[in-house]
Amino acid sequence: VNKTVDVTTPSEQEILVTRAFDAPAQLVFDFHTKPEHVRKWLLGPPGWSMPVCTIDLKVGGRYEYVWRSDEDGNQFGVQGEFREIAKPARLVHTERMDGAPGEALCTLAFEESADGKTTLRTLMHFSTKEARDMALESGMTDGMAASYDRLEEYLRTTNAGA
Amino acid sequence: MVDTKRLDAAFFALSDPTRRAILMRLASGEATVRELTEPFEVSQPAISRHLKVLEDAGLIRRGRDAQRRPARLEEKAMTGVLAWIERYRKQWERAYARLDAALAAEQKLQKKGNLR
Repeated sequence: VNKTVDVTTPSEQEILVTRAFDAPAQLVFDFHTKPEHVRKWLLGPPGWSMPVCTIDLKVGGRYEYVWRSDEDGNQFGVQGEFREIAKPARLVHTERMDGAPGEALCTLAFEESADGKTTLRTLMHFSTKEARDMALESGMTDGMAASYDRLEEYLRTTNAGA
Repeated sequence: MVDTKRLDAAFFALSDPTRRAILMRLASGEATVRELTEPFEVSQPAISRHLKVLEDAGLIRRGRDAQRRPARLEEKAMTGVLAWIERYRKQWERAYARLDAALAAEQKLQKKGNLR
């Protein structure tokens, strides 16, 4: 599958991220909703740990992720509530990032093709255009931006990005 | 602060895959409409229209030469909105590269389990 990440802005308040995976929808869904799996990839850069990763997968249930820099103890968190769960095709949840204004509503659509590959479309709807622009500008993991170069290097050396 | 009208125009301009491809091509140097038409499976007038959208969004500049009017990237725009989107995209690429590795490891594990 073509693994290029496509980022578009369908409207003033939205960001759409599209990516295909070499795995069935059920598995890609699990890797977004089970803490033991989420921990494997939604990690911070090297030098950051993920001390909190809790997910209560039910409508009205909450999730919380916290990353911490081992070096200076800086923390960054994301939390939200599940609004809709249609395993393995669709997941809707709110998302509030530390330091960001308001909440975004995220709709994840997992579409499995006949050959067992899955296209994931993540649509983030922000309360205002300004919140959208800010999210785009600061990136999805605001507090960790400074360490991304190290992550890139890490990925290059481990070859995980290939 | 960024001019929001310009920003909207830039977001719109970037929403099209051909226009994104044109920008990638221009990143390696200026090019005329004719040069840009070759690698893409679209007509010359269509490329001209895409260039107009990119120009109005302030993402590219066209040369003065009436005959050639080579297009080149607007340096300032590249460090603004384009840079944001690209950095944002790269962040997802990094995260998803990790997800790929985790998915592959899990599938290998499941396969092993089934064979047992």
